[in-house]
Amino acid sequence: MGLYATLQVIWWLLLGVLLMALAVMVGMDMGVGAILRYVGRTDLERRVALNIIGPHWDGNQVWFVLGGGAIFAAFPLLYATAFSGFYVVMLLLLWTMILRPLGFEYRSQIERPAWRNTWDWVLFVSGAVPMIVFGAAFGNLLRGVPFHFEWDMTSFYTGSFLGLLNPFALLTGVLALSLAAMMGALMVMNGAEGALFQRARGVVQVTAGVAIALFAVGGLWVHAMPGYRLIGGPGPGVPQTPLQQSVVTVPGAWLTNFGAYPLLWLAPLVGFGGMIGAWLAARADRSHLGWWLGALAWSGVIATAGAALFPFMLPSSTDPSMSLTVWNASSSKDTLLWMAGFAAVFVPLILWYTSWAFWVMRGKVSAEKIARGDEHAY
Amino acid sequence: MINGTVVDLSRVQFAATALYHFLFVPLTLGLSFLLAAMETVYVTTGKPIYKQMAQFWGKLFMINFALGVATGLTMEFQFGTNWSFYSSFVGDIFGAPLAIEGLMAFFMESTFVGLMVFGWERLSKGQHLAATWLVAFGSNLSALWILVANGFMQDPVGATFDPFTMRMQLTSFQKLIFSPDVQSKFVHTSIAGYVTAAVFVTGVSAFYLLRKRHVPLAKRSLRMAALFGVLATIGVITLGDALGFVAARVQPTKLAAMEGLWKAQAAPMPFNLIAFPSQTEQKNDGVVQVPDLLSLLVTHSLDRTVLGVDALERQARRRIEQGIPAVQALRVLARDPTNAAALAKFTAHRRDLGYGFLLQRYAPDLSQATPAQVRAAARDTIPPVAAVFWSFRVMVGLGLLMLAFFVLAALYSLHNTVQNKRWFLKVAVWMIPVPFLANECGWLVAELGRQPWTVFDVLPTWMSASTHSVAYMVFSLIGFLGLYSIFIVIELYLLVRAIRLGPAEPGGAGEGRTVPAAAHGGKAEG
Repeated sequence: MGLYATLQVIWWLLLGVLLMALAVMVGMDMGVGAILRYVGRTDLERRVALNIIGPHWDGNQVWFVLGGGAIFAAFPLLYATAFSGFYVVMLLLLWTMILRPLGFEYRSQIERPAWRNTWDWVLFVSGAVPMIVFGAAFGNLLRGVPFHFEWDMTSFYTGSFLGLLNPFALLTGVLALSLAAMMGALMVMNGAEGALFQRARGVVQVTAGVAIALFAVGGLWVHAMPGYRLIGGPGPGVPQTPLQQSVVTVPGAWLTNFGAYPLLWLAPLVGFGGMIGAWLAARADRSHLGWWLGALAWSGVIATAGAALFPFMLPSSTDPSMSLTVWNASSSKDTLLWMAGFAAVFVPLILWYTSWAFWVMRGKVSAEKIARGDEHAY
Repeated sequence: MINGTVVDLSRVQFAATALYHFLFVPLTLGLSFLLAAMETVYVTTGKPIYKQMAQFWGKLFMINFALGVATGLTMEFQFGTNWSFYSSFVGDIFGAPLAIEGLMAFFMESTFVGLMVFGWERLSKGQHLAATWLVAFGSNLSALWILVANGFMQDPVGATFDPFTMRMQLTSFQKLIFSPDVQSKFVHTSIAGYVTAAVFVTGVSAFYLLRKRHVPLAKRSLRMAALFGVLATIGVITLGDALGFVAARVQPTKLAAMEGLWKAQAAPMPFNLIAFPSQTEQKNDGVVQVPDLLSLLVTHSLDRTVLGVDALERQARRRIEQGIPAVQALRVLARDPTNAAALAKFTAHRRDLGYGFLLQRYAPDLSQATPAQVRAAARDTIPPVAAVFWSFRVMVGLGLLMLAFFVLAALYSLHNTVQNKRWFLKVAVWMIPVPFLANECGWLVAELGRQPWTVFDVLPTWMSASTHSVAYMVFSLIGFLGLYSIFIVIELYLLVRAIRLGPAEPGGAGEGRTVPAAAHGGKAEG
């Protein structure tokens, strides 16, 4: 494999890692928002829950920003085609997501119950909706999306908003929400005590159960679903547009890669193993272990979707030959190389200072301190 | 073919969301450095009042920061959602600085902002100070990479169009980041942020001095801000001048619009202090001129000139004619990438490809293009003169006003008489909106002046937008306007409220959140 093709695969893998980090870290914070009103029955309990992620949500959110930036830089055609095609859904995602920073920062500024209740609902919506959209996006990738290109790469999306909310996409959307809520509840267990801890423990068990069921049903569904198969084109490492390849749809084609490389079955196994492990760990009150197993579960789920799709990134249901693949949607060799250099330096640095930030702020959040009016708390 | 209404609505949406985002960003850029400076004084001198200052201004910083972050999220995705052709056309270059911004800057800023707010008791003094400085460096590095991306739109160096992938591709990363436009614009814009923060801190401090509340804190804050403001304002004006000098070379149409220069003038050229430009008649009414000044400003000499609109349109017509074969050859290559004749024809005319695109708006079939259509496309190369001309003058006028303001503020503060100059304190409070207005005008000069291109000389705006329906665009525009209007009301309410509550007085119960008994009797939230 030449340098360009190698870089294309590296960036596809890196994008997968970024999506995993996004799902784990942003999903956790969104999960806390989504379960806030259930696990926290009093204002003080809710504030404890918010303060557990308070020092971290801002940094975590950058995984989302970085995910967007990396898609733009490494796979610009995917960035352009997917985000414009999913327009209304993207607006739903963005409009609910931009409410979240305000929910965190503004909620505790004023003591009136109506003010705080409103922001609690805002945090619920801004946690639940983006995670459903995130999961549903993967569902739609597996189903294919109706779009095509003109000669100059102007893209046209010919589906409707409701077409993106099909049953399979909703299933993957709820799967993502369950995993996010599970991770949020595990994080609450890490930092809370008493009733809050107990309710979060219950949430982990329910959401892990739902996630296991949905991941299994989704897997069976994909067996029967038409998948996409690349049967000809310029191939890896050749500068090209999506107008030069041939693609056909074949039932069960999403399992082709698993057949060719049986080692890939590890991905769904890790997914199931992580979910079951998180469930057991929560039962045993070992929430820190559970959190890491939950992160493993997310990674397994995303790796499963990626392994099924490869080399496809955005299949076109109306004109399969115009599907976006790793080979035709990527940036040029120079850009991928420069970006790989930056990622090699800065991703380890980010992991290092993020771990340090979590380590410094480790331990239980004290309800008494918040009740006393600790100046810096949410 | 893209619907013109959709393009216009996409532009309105982008401008509205970018201008809105740009209300919050400059304050973050500057205030983060002021916070770091205050905390540094606290750590080196050990005087608790500087800690109180860092915490109080830090609280206002966070209210502003939240909305800056929130509205930044939509900006990052708007290129994809609403400018998909633009994104695939230049994503190979434009995407990289955005991704690096996340990797290098925004991650650092956001991670340490959490520690800055929540870490006062968990971190040592030195560690906390480091966190605050990293927030300041992070936000300013962020601005650098965003402006590298923007610089490419203004002066697309380090890239070339590749007919086999149908897009611009990176040829030199170094050229991209060291482009002269990027260098001057980064410094100009980030220092404009320092000016914004300096006016904000001066104004709020003046409010306390007028009310005789928190006087020691207000006097110290005002002095730091005023000195910072004098230096920063001088910096903004110097770099603004450098930017004008760059524009004269790389964006002559923007410069002609900024100066209302319809026809070439003999050197030394006079400066239009006041004028009312008419785009259709290509002339100015009600002109008030300063002799010789324009040559001095934009060429830094008395014997050189710059081109007027008439000469620039003639140049554009020639380039449009050269662009026709480029587009025609490209269409052949799209069907048949191996066609050597088409490739040779394309290579010979590639530098005028963008001008060929410009003509396609009027002549979808370029082989049938008429001279009238070429003239219409050439007319399009001139940005909206009156809007650019006046945005520029308002920006510069406000900049000079702020310079005078800071000189006075610094003098009065150093003489320790500022608390007695009630007229000046009142002016200072009223100055708070001024830098925000100047910043918005600066954005308008830069981005309206770039029209009709999204990437100057390369990609016309009319081609760049996503192929949405008008209904979708109306829906999203209403959604953005509605949400953003609610946000600004909440933010202003919380900011004003936090300012009225004031900083925590040492020893007060529930430090930081105590309401003076007079305010509304009782303790605010904890």
